[in-house]
Parts: sequence; structure tokens; C-alpha cells
Amino acid sequence: MALDTVAIAAQTPDQEQPFAALGLKPDEYQRIREILGRRPSSSELAMYSVMWSEHCSYKSSKVHLKQFGEKAPHSDALLVGIGENAGVVDVGQGYAVTFKIESHNHPSFVEPYQGAATGVGGIVRDILTMGARPIAVMDPLRFGPADAPDTRRVLPGIVAGIGGYGNCLGLPNIGGEIVFDETYAGNPLVNALCVGVMRHDQIKLAKASGAGNLVVLFGAQTGGDGIGGVSVLASETFGSTGPAKRPSVQVGDPFTEKVLIECSLEIFAEDLVVGIQDLGGAGLSCATSELASGGSGGMRVELDTVPLRDPSLSPEEILMSESQERMCAIVEPGKIARFLEICKKWDVTVNVIGEVTDGDRLIITWHGETIVDVPPRTVAHEGPVYNRPLAKPEYVDRVNAQVLDLPMPQSAHEVKAAIIKLISSPNMADKSWVTSQYDKYVQGNTIQSQPEDSGMIRIDESTHLGVAISTDANASWSYLNPYEGAKLALAEAARNIATAGAKPLAVTNCLNFGSPEDPGVMWQFAETVRGLADGCLEMGLPVTGGNVSFYNQTGDVAILPTPVIGVLGVIQDVRSRTPMSFTDAGLELYLIGETTNDLAGSEWAYMHNQRGGQSPIADLQREIRLIELLLEGQSIFAAAHDLSQGGLAVSIAEMVLHNNIGATISLDQEIGIVLLSETPGRVVVAISPDHAGELISLARKYDLAITKLGTTGGTSLTVNDAVIPLDELRTAYTQTIPKLFG
Amino acid sequence: MKVGVVTFPGSLDDRDAARAVRAGGSEAIALWHDDADLHGVDAVILPGGFSYGDYLRCGAISRFAPVMGSIIEKANGGMPVLGICNGFQILCESHLLPGALTQNQGLHFLCTPQKIKVENISTPWTSNFTEGLEIVIPLKNGEGSFQCDDETLAMLEGESRVIARYVGVNPNGSRNLIAGISNARGNVVGLMPHPEHAIDPLTGPSADGLPFFTSILNAMVGK
Repeated sequence: MALDTVAIAAQTPDQEQPFAALGLKPDEYQRIREILGRRPSSSELAMYSVMWSEHCSYKSSKVHLKQFGEKAPHSDALLVGIGENAGVVDVGQGYAVTFKIESHNHPSFVEPYQGAATGVGGIVRDILTMGARPIAVMDPLRFGPADAPDTRRVLPGIVAGIGGYGNCLGLPNIGGEIVFDETYAGNPLVNALCVGVMRHDQIKLAKASGAGNLVVLFGAQTGGDGIGGVSVLASETFGSTGPAKRPSVQVGDPFTEKVLIECSLEIFAEDLVVGIQDLGGAGLSCATSELASGGSGGMRVELDTVPLRDPSLSPEEILMSESQERMCAIVEPGKIARFLEICKKWDVTVNVIGEVTDGDRLIITWHGETIVDVPPRTVAHEGPVYNRPLAKPEYVDRVNAQVLDLPMPQSAHEVKAAIIKLISSPNMADKSWVTSQYDKYVQGNTIQSQPEDSGMIRIDESTHLGVAISTDANASWSYLNPYEGAKLALAEAARNIATAGAKPLAVTNCLNFGSPEDPGVMWQFAETVRGLADGCLEMGLPVTGGNVSFYNQTGDVAILPTPVIGVLGVIQDVRSRTPMSFTDAGLELYLIGETTNDLAGSEWAYMHNQRGGQSPIADLQREIRLIELLLEGQSIFAAAHDLSQGGLAVSIAEMVLHNNIGATISLDQEIGIVLLSETPGRVVVAISPDHAGELISLARKYDLAITKLGTTGGTSLTVNDAVIPLDELRTAYTQTIPKLFG
Repeated sequence: MKVGVVTFPGSLDDRDAARAVRAGGSEAIALWHDDADLHGVDAVILPGGFSYGDYLRCGAISRFAPVMGSIIEKANGGMPVLGICNGFQILCESHLLPGALTQNQGLHFLCTPQKIKVENISTPWTSNFTEGLEIVIPLKNGEGSFQCDDETLAMLEGESRVIARYVGVNPNGSRNLIAGISNARGNVVGLMPHPEHAIDPLTGPSADGLPFFTSILNAMVGK
């Protein structure tokens, strides 16, 4: 194909262009023509198409997401907010922590191993780009039914991909979730979270300022993988027919990324960059336009100086390639020699590909000919914005009105059977077949990991300062009531931080939904964002960033609305953290928080194929009081464990199995409800009997219900007359997943 | 006493190994793969990780690093060398230890607290253990199945060169449950599980790994 330059584009206004095949709508294409005053060159068209994709431009979600700014609570902890590669939070002692979740759903369905692997790679580079050393990853995952053939295809590949990439980077994997539900069949969700730490003065931003400064590309060579990944894959619904999409999936090389991390950190330590951006979705199109747009606006890039893995690539392909493990830095000319030296030490490929200019245009040349001449803001930050139609779907009122008809256990035999049935269901069963494929020890700072309520990492060995993170979503509640579902997920994540004794500080999110072109899905999304923004304001937790993944649907069937909420907290002394389980017999077990009949959206209802009723209404003031109680009482807790999916039945079973110490509890209310209801805002704690008075006065102080459940010890879980030997409980808990996937 | 910890491109547990060396009472010296100078260290640890991405074969590329030339020479002269996980693989590729580490029988990467039995306490890395002691330290690898021919196996067993053995179910298909071996002289030890991740119960499953690092201090001071 002949080279299409800006000059040719100006002379041939009527030439037909394949904008639709690149994912652009006719009016979007028209707008590009208006911005440029001519038709775009093919390279410009390539850039706009990827940068204006749903994935990069947030065009359908932007009008809603701005609530996170408008309703932001005051927070002294927020150092860098939404808009940069990741938000940054002050955790004290001069440390700043950055964390973010991103989705890699569509690539992971097409090619599970590489899709999931590069999802980890991408989020790690986002964290690195802020100037931070990545210190841990987490992976909330969702799949179709556990016994579905396609789940058996995607799950092992996704888990191996996450492990293969993350393990090779030397990042402990400290948590996540695995949930099975029919709606994720054909639309598995692979969300990847990374957390990094730096000193306050090491924060880096994506901006190209200072005319004459050099644009430097370093890391892997550019290949033909992942071309158009964001526009073709992430922004379209899969049809049942159509061409294979594998060429749009990137291929990861974790070794190159590991070396790139160490090389970059050495470069940062010597303060050699003015601005930096990683190359992820939309590759060079994104990095150059965002850097230029974030700075003074002018940049000149000689595209033919980009080192290529495949020399036959056209300039359009180079601009769109999503080859992994690449970074783009802005470097002062006086510092370039040292920059190149560090790259040489780490054997990292590096090329100066351009410079920052005085103007306000991003100009890209190919062997001397101008192929791109655009105002960078129009590419990076001024893409289309849609206020898409939204309408409450008809199902909502219908399912809310349904009355559940569930078998409720009463006799000892039924109680035992219910607990065994719950704990052996794929959603509740032990996930160590998965987590044992992830390195949790590397770096030597992991204090807690799965199956604890949160992951916890020490960030200073001498002061014992640490951070805790939990990610949570309850899609069943979000389906019944997306506004409350978002608040409840936020509350659960915050509670999971507090049970360990960490104070919640900030929020990130990954909002996974069906097609935004469906008004019903758009309503679910809008309600979710409104709920999360209101919840964050009420709980005083700022949203630091996040990610939206639309088009998770097959045909007309969308996934359940799945907002995955991540909460980060700080703990002053990791040695004092409270684990989820007890190591001694003779402790007293208490349930903090009131239990009501909240079976709608519960695991018990799901197991009986019932998805109706009304979700609980979040009482965030009560959640805040519970968090305060947990933090104030931390020193008296031998163990504290959140109640969520599966209710008391699952939480108490997890506690007794964790250290193989049994418990005897007696429940005098309606036993089925107490065991199986998922009323939010509840925690089981274990304390020495000496502390009972203190605990009860704490509950009174924070106006929270408290119930004594029983005591720890023995070799069984005994609930009233139901006696379940730990061995039997363990077998039920541990066999399910290996049987399905082992 | 100075214990060198080598960083290859792709090494991951180098900082952990250095921390464990310090916890054991020695000074940790960072050694760089591309620098043949051992900077006067008294012993060397080859840490875990994925040096060169495990490309070609685990340890096959690292074995040719300039630093390895010096280490092989010193090891043959009696300097204590401990290879952990990827370090063990590099020692096998370097022919400082016999056998090879192949893909786990279960075909998956496996990260788990692993019980092992320390069977030989005459090496400079194990002298602070009591013989037959069972300890729990992390095992985490994808290619940890120790394999060798029958003759080599008989030699290793006959010369008491099996340093540590897995207890219970064989986690990866290693012959004779072998978790670690030494060379004939005993100064070079390869170990698949990770003692450097078990020096503090706060961050590991136990502190059972610490004696590997106090042993080396004793061995060097005793000289």
C-alpha cells in the first residue's frame, strides 16, 4: 500500500476510508474531518480510531464518572487523583502508595493465557509509570458455570497466565475473588489490581513539557501483536459468527517486563525523566498523544526510528500496535547519556524517537514525510462524549417483587447438610488449587494473602508500616439494585480491610457491564456510579481511579452488573494485625451486627436457582461505626472475619478450617436465617474470655448489636445439635475445585 | 563475614536472600551477573527467580554469565555456594551439581508451605540443624522435579549427598523425594524450597529457614 501522507490527504478529500472497520461511527469520522479541516491520513485515522474507542476515551461513561470528582469527600491522603495512570495516596512516614484495577476481559476470552498475562503486565506498568515499585497484585475473576465446558477452557488458561506473568515479575499475588455464574459464560471477567509504593518526591506524571526535551521509547521492540486491541476487542460485543479475533490479542514477555521494571526504577531513582507513560491500550498513539496533551502540546516523532520486531509493519500498524513491555519517557538532553547507560546495563532496547516542540501540534513523520499533524488534545482528551439513553430495565421491578421460596434447615441433620452443601459449592469452596499457582512469598513482605479477608503487605521493615487491600463485588445484589449493590460492595471491601486492623483510605474500581448501547445496561451503570459516588462521599473515601469495561455480553445477554470495588487501607504496625482465624481453643466467639432476613441475592438462593427479592439497603453509618469498633478494639481480637457470601455458615466454617481448631456455637433465633442470611455489616470475632466486658462496652459505644455465639476448640464444628467433624468439613470444602479443574 | 548474592536479569528473590543473610548475622554483598569480580566474598548464594525468563532451559543462559566463571572456579576450590530454586537449576546447568530439575509432575506452578526433612548437617549451609529435623519452608516453582539417572541417584544416596527430602506426598515428582543435594565435597548445595522466605513467621510459614543462614556464618567463622 502506498504511504498516505498529510499532504496527500489534503489533496484527496473524497478518498474512501475504512473508518467503520476501525470501529468509528460515521459522525465520529465526520468530527475528525472537522477538527483537521480535511480527511485524516490513514495514520491519523488509525490514531483517532483507537483513542476514541470506548476503552480509551470512556465516551459512554465519562458523563457519569465525573460524579467521583463532584462528590469527592475531602481527603488529605489523596496526592494524585483521577486522570493520571493511577491515583496516589499518602500513607504516612513519607510513603505514597498507588493502586489501580483494570480489566482484561475480552482478550482473556479469546486467548485465556496471554489475555490474562498481559492484563497483569498492563496494570503493573501503570503502577510503575507513577514512579512506584510494584509490590503486589490481586486478581478478581469471574467465570461461567464451574462445570461448563468453556469454563474448563478459560479458567485453567487464565489462572496459568496470571501466575506465569506475575510469578516471573516477582510480585506476590495476595488476593482476589473467583465467582461462577451463568452470565459470565462467554464473558469471563479478568480484573487485575496492582499496588506500588514510592516516596512522596518520587511521583511521576504523564506530561511532555520543555521544548527540546527528548522523546525516548524503551523496552520491547514493536511487533504486530494486539493491533487495534482496544477498538476491535474491548469495544465490541462478540457475535456468534465472525472472523477469529486472535491477532488482536497481545503476547506477553514477563522477563522483558521484569527487566524494564528494574531499569525504570533505577532511572527514576536518579531523577532522569520529566514525564513518563507506559504503552498499553492504543500503544504509541496513546503514549505520544497523552504525553503531548498532558504537557504543552507540541511534539515531533520520527516513527521510522521505532525499533521493530517485524520490519514489514506499516506506520499505521506501528501506531496501533499494543506490543507489551514498552515505556515512553521525556528526558532532558543533558540527562540522556546517563539514561542510555542504565538501559545498556539492563540490556533494554532504547531509542530517541522525537522531541518536545514549542507548537501545539503532534507531528509524526515516516522517512521524512509528515503522516500525522494533529492537535494532541483532540486525540487524547477531547474525544466524543455520549450521554447515552438509559432506562430502568423491565426485569428490575419484576424480580424485586418475587418472593423467595427456599428450603430452610431446622433439624440437626438439615443444618449439617446445608453447611456441607454451601461449603462445597464452587463459589464457596476452597480456591487453593488456584492460589497455589501464584507466588505469595516473593519480596518477603507478605503479611496476609488469600484466604484472609484482605491482602496485606509490609512497606517498611523498620517501622512495620503496611497497607491492606481488598476487592469485592456482589453482582447478585447489583442485579437486584445496582445503586445499593455498589454501596454494599464498597462497604464490604472497607470492612475486609478493617477486620485485619487497617484503616480504609481510598477506593479504586473496575466497572464491568454489558453493552452501553442497551439503555437497560446503561441504567445499571449509571445507578452503580451514583451509588458508589454517594457511598464514597458518605464513608469519606476518595475514588483514586478505575476502569470501565463495557460490551461484556453475548448477543442480547449481558453479564450481571459487576462493579469490583477495591479499598486500600493503612496499618501502622503489621505485627498487630488480626488474622481471620484463631489459633487457640477456649476463646469466645461473638457476632457483631444484627442479622435480618436477607436471603435475596444470597448464595443459598443462588444455589436454589432463585434470583429474586430485594437487596439489602446499605447502612453506611452503621458500617462506619463497625469499622471504628474494629480499629479501636483491635488489640483484644484474636481473630476477626467478615460475613459476606454464604453468611455465618461459610464464615464460621472458614474460621475453623483455617487452623484446624473447631468451635461450638449455639443459635437461639431461627437457625436457618442466622446461618444463611447475608445481612451486611457483620463480623465474627474471637476474644479471650477476659475481654468480654470490654467488647460488650465497645458494641454499646458504637451502637451495634452483639451476640455471643460460643467457644473455640475441639475437632468439630458444632452448631446446636449438628456436629460436623472438621475432617468431613475439610473434605467437602477442598475437593470441589480440584475435581473440576485438577 | 561476607556472603554474595548474585542478581541475574530476572532474579526475583535476591533481596529476600540478602535479608536472610543479614538475619543470619553476615554481611550481604550484591553481585552482578555481568561482573566477574566476586568482591572478596566468603560464600555465594544464587537466588530464586526466572533468570533470563527461564528461556531455553531454566538456568541454561545464566550459567554462561561472567560471574559464573568466577563462582565455578571458587566453588571447585571449596567456597560455599548455595543455589535456591532457580539457583539450584543454574548449579545443575553449570555441572557443579548432578541431575536436572524438570517440570512438576502436576504440570502447574506450585506455591505451598512444604515440610522437608534435613538429612545431612555436615555442609556449611546445614550445620546448625539437627539431623533428621523436619521443617516447613515455602516451595514455589514450576520446574522443581529433581531427575537423574539411576547411577547418579545411587551415588547421591550412597554418599549421603541428599541434603533434604520432601515429607509426605511428593509435591513435584522428584526422584526419592529429593528437595536438595550437595556436591561431593559438600560446599555446593542446591535446594528447591526457599529458606529465605522462612526467616520470620510474620512473612513466611515459619522461621525454620534461618539456620541455613546462621550455619554459613558459623562455617566461615570456624575456619
